[in-house]
Amino acid sequence: MATKLPATDVVVIGLGWTGSIVAESMTAAGLNVVAIERGPWRDTATDFPPSYSPDELRYAVRLDLFVRTAQTTLTFRNNPRQTALPVREWGAFLLPNGVGGAGVHWNAETWRFLPSDFVLKTQLTQRYGAKFLPPDMTIQDYGVTYDELEPYYDKFEYLCGTSGTAGNLRGQKQPFGNPFEGPRSRPYPTPAQKQPYGPVLWAEAAKEMGYSPFPQPSGNLSQGYTNPLGVTLGPCTFCGFCERFGCGNYSKASPQITILPVLMRRANFEARTECEVTKINLDNTGKRATGVTYTDSQGREWEQPAEIVFLCAFQMFNVQLLLLSGIGQPYDVNTGEGVIGRNFSYQVTSSAQAFFDNKIFNTFIASGSIGMCIDEFNGDNFDHAPYGFVGGGYIGMVQTNARPIETTPVPPGTPKWGAAWKKAVRDNYLSTILPATHGSCYSYRDCYLDLDPTYKDRFGRPLMRLTFDFHENELKMSQFLTDRLAEIVQKMGPRQIVKLPRTGHCSIVPYQTTHTCGGAIMGIDPKTSALNRYLQSWDVHNLFVTGATNFPQNAGYNPTDTVAALTYWMLDAVHKQYLKNPGPLVHA
Amino acid sequence: MQSVTSPRLREEVGSRAPRGFRVRGKRDPAAAPSARTRPSPRPSPRKRGEGVLSRYPAVERCAIRTLLLAGALLLFGNVGALARDPDKQSFQVIEHGRYMAIAGDCTACHTAKGGQPFAGGGALETPFGTLLAPNITPDLPTGIGSWTDDQFVNAVQNGVGRRSDHLYPAMPYPYYTRMTREDIIAIRAYLDTVEPVQNKVIANQLPFPFNQREAMVGWNLLYFKPGVFKSDPGKSAEWNRGAYLVEGAEHCGLCHTPKNAMGGDENDRAMQGSVLQNWYAPNLTGDRRVGIGDWTTQDIVLYLKTGRNRYDIASGPMAEAVTNSTSHLTDADLRAMAIYLKDQSAGGGGMPQPVSMQDPTMQRGQAIYYDRCAACHTVGGEGIVGLFPRLSGAPLVQQSQATSLIRVVLEGSRAVATNGAPTGPAMPSFAWQLSDPDVAAVVTYIRNSWGNAAPPVAASDVANMRKALLEQP
Repeated sequence: MATKLPATDVVVIGLGWTGSIVAESMTAAGLNVVAIERGPWRDTATDFPPSYSPDELRYAVRLDLFVRTAQTTLTFRNNPRQTALPVREWGAFLLPNGVGGAGVHWNAETWRFLPSDFVLKTQLTQRYGAKFLPPDMTIQDYGVTYDELEPYYDKFEYLCGTSGTAGNLRGQKQPFGNPFEGPRSRPYPTPAQKQPYGPVLWAEAAKEMGYSPFPQPSGNLSQGYTNPLGVTLGPCTFCGFCERFGCGNYSKASPQITILPVLMRRANFEARTECEVTKINLDNTGKRATGVTYTDSQGREWEQPAEIVFLCAFQMFNVQLLLLSGIGQPYDVNTGEGVIGRNFSYQVTSSAQAFFDNKIFNTFIASGSIGMCIDEFNGDNFDHAPYGFVGGGYIGMVQTNARPIETTPVPPGTPKWGAAWKKAVRDNYLSTILPATHGSCYSYRDCYLDLDPTYKDRFGRPLMRLTFDFHENELKMSQFLTDRLAEIVQKMGPRQIVKLPRTGHCSIVPYQTTHTCGGAIMGIDPKTSALNRYLQSWDVHNLFVTGATNFPQNAGYNPTDTVAALTYWMLDAVHKQYLKNPGPLVHA
Repeated sequence: MQSVTSPRLREEVGSRAPRGFRVRGKRDPAAAPSARTRPSPRPSPRKRGEGVLSRYPAVERCAIRTLLLAGALLLFGNVGALARDPDKQSFQVIEHGRYMAIAGDCTACHTAKGGQPFAGGGALETPFGTLLAPNITPDLPTGIGSWTDDQFVNAVQNGVGRRSDHLYPAMPYPYYTRMTREDIIAIRAYLDTVEPVQNKVIANQLPFPFNQREAMVGWNLLYFKPGVFKSDPGKSAEWNRGAYLVEGAEHCGLCHTPKNAMGGDENDRAMQGSVLQNWYAPNLTGDRRVGIGDWTTQDIVLYLKTGRNRYDIASGPMAEAVTNSTSHLTDADLRAMAIYLKDQSAGGGGMPQPVSMQDPTMQRGQAIYYDRCAACHTVGGEGIVGLFPRLSGAPLVQQSQATSLIRVVLEGSRAVATNGAPTGPAMPSFAWQLSDPDVAAVVTYIRNSWGNAAPPVAASDVANMRKALLEQP
């Protein structure tokens, strides 16, 4: 039996990037905010001191910062005809846990989506005709445009101090930036990071081929920066221990490094860690949330009443909590009706490994998002008509690490162990690069999330079941992007290139990316979206849901900048409209 | 790196009182002169370890003058006090008292960690033993609720308790004596409004012979100069306000002025820096190498207000002082303090020769610096403003003793976080990675690179610090 606590104004479920942004904004407005976080408290000073944070075994191999599968997991299958089985060891993606969420262990690649990505269905239908799209593809427009989101992209980038070179300032194309990006209202807050040898050579090759290479926008900063909240970040030191690690140098933008020092000083904010929300409670009309129920680390159950609930957990767990709380109609793959769990999407990545004889790249000189990219083959930046697929991605030479345990590049045919293998690693470690493509993943009728009928979590609640596979469109795209990448790499003069496009069925085993998307998507029609354009539940007006969970489909970019921009967009509507007049912000 | 410019030590740091408290017990009120008439000679400077008795002739000379002055003060002061004591029920007076209690940083000692405000009980580790800060809430049996205003003023200004018992100068009455009666009455008015807490504190936990409060009579005779601050008509109003705060309520010299063996201020070396509680409170004189000669008035204001400026970030005991006290002062008062501090002549700097890069210790230190330090503090020691303190040309790293540097390398540290500078960056501990000779080498390197020059550090200094840190509560 849950013990009922005194009411608060706002409950935030999950204290990651979006939870921190929401809590900062709501406390600044004078509201009392309680954030409830499943995982532990973490801060830079005590959890990531640079004297021990670069520990590959602890963080990259044993995955110290991630949720344990014993704590919670999901089940997986490729299609509805299969029986899903529980994931017992993380592979394809790594689900966050604890304060800061995925914002702690991300690589800080800070991309905006293309303007066309937000109106994708309209754009592709108009340009190629509806028949060009696969019949089971369920892409939608977001319900918000790039121009509407621009101020909020800007806000997040200035919070983070993002380092980059603008390609489009208020409609004027800029040299050395991405010529395909949407207009920016002002330059990046800090200049792009310095580029190491490999990306420089790669960019020269790309330029020779007529492309427009530009530095990847980075949340690992090029110089010291104090953000509008007064928090100071330092320059990245290229340590190469970024993705899967917390940053002890104060140089990777994270909630800890950009927001929490300010938030934790506010008397109207409280964080409850190691407390897992098990249910969003509704009143007897089912149209209003009354708060949440959570279980603390000692197994005690509490009810926290609140006026507004922000569901800010990781993508997958947002969907699970909606289903377990009976909010919104669950998606039914047989009828195609229902919205909770609908339009799960992922990311389609590939690479081209290149071995050189005469070049030393020192790829251990790395930051999470250092590198040079081209955007000619992203989104709808090129004519897809000749190729028979839609979508695309950025292509780049991004140098994130060469950590000793897991970086053992050897050419095909090398023995898997023994003296010959060791010699091959020694010969190739410094002279091998792994440029990559980062492709979109569009949504399909048979890719979705629902509750598993068999497997339960430690509270006895059904696990999330993920049904997903790559579709022909995405595999064609991956082959195309990988070929374009390999052409550029070939110009650099390697001894050997190994193309690694995405092929076959989606496997849950090898790591790909943690960019899982959808399941509680935004849109303009309550029949095909869980949330309106302000991320407000169509069904429960005082419930707002944030995260990549909002994406109707995924673009060819890393999601965080867009996740955060959508959150700020939502908050603006909450401040300007909802707090003054609580109720549905959009009438269906 | 840290800045240890603190008027106050905190329990977290391990102790709160500077070395050398003199100690003193009960005395016969009839036999001794009252606090207001007691002669309080100011000894001429003397070397550490020099016998106390050898100074008596000078003391006596001073005493005669001081006695006459003090008598005059008594007469004038009492008449004025009766006529002009502020109305303790006035909101303005109570609010002013709250502000002055912050300026005096009363809470640093009188609020125990995790305890109720001003209820006392916080342990002050001194070289002579432990003192517990008393309960100063208005609780009648265990606080100061039953004290008269005159008793309160006498305690603050003269270190004399309600029963005419002598306080130990862990209570910084040698500084508070410069505060006006009006300000002290206002503090009393504010303390009357805080929640009374029943908490009996036995302040004197010192071992024999230091637990004999009578000893304080002699100490006061030697080192205590009573008397309210007198404005210098030759200086601006701002300068005088700054002097009143720096030398009075804020009691900066308690940490920053070197102490003699008996714990008295070495006034001829005022603000030249001092070791206490395994920290080094740095030189605050106008010296450009080790003092704040290169800081502008605005640099000082920013440091006191936010805990950071373009040179440095406060940590250690100074972080506590910024948190509890200076960050809450008005900009006008901070500016006044800065103007006064900027007017201190240089002292304690000297012109040491840097250790040569040919020295193997320097070469070892450089290798360690590149490996362990340069990522944050940068290869050239410039640091990152607001995050990683500057080492090149930094006064703090060139102090005569490397106490604070050794300590932060071993122990790590966390800088202060304020509303104006909320980051609160940290440095990790390297105690488990670097040996004593490693730490000595890297600290020596930092103290003698990029134009810095300061005495080298020995491995034994590091070993002693390790031991001290293990022993500290």
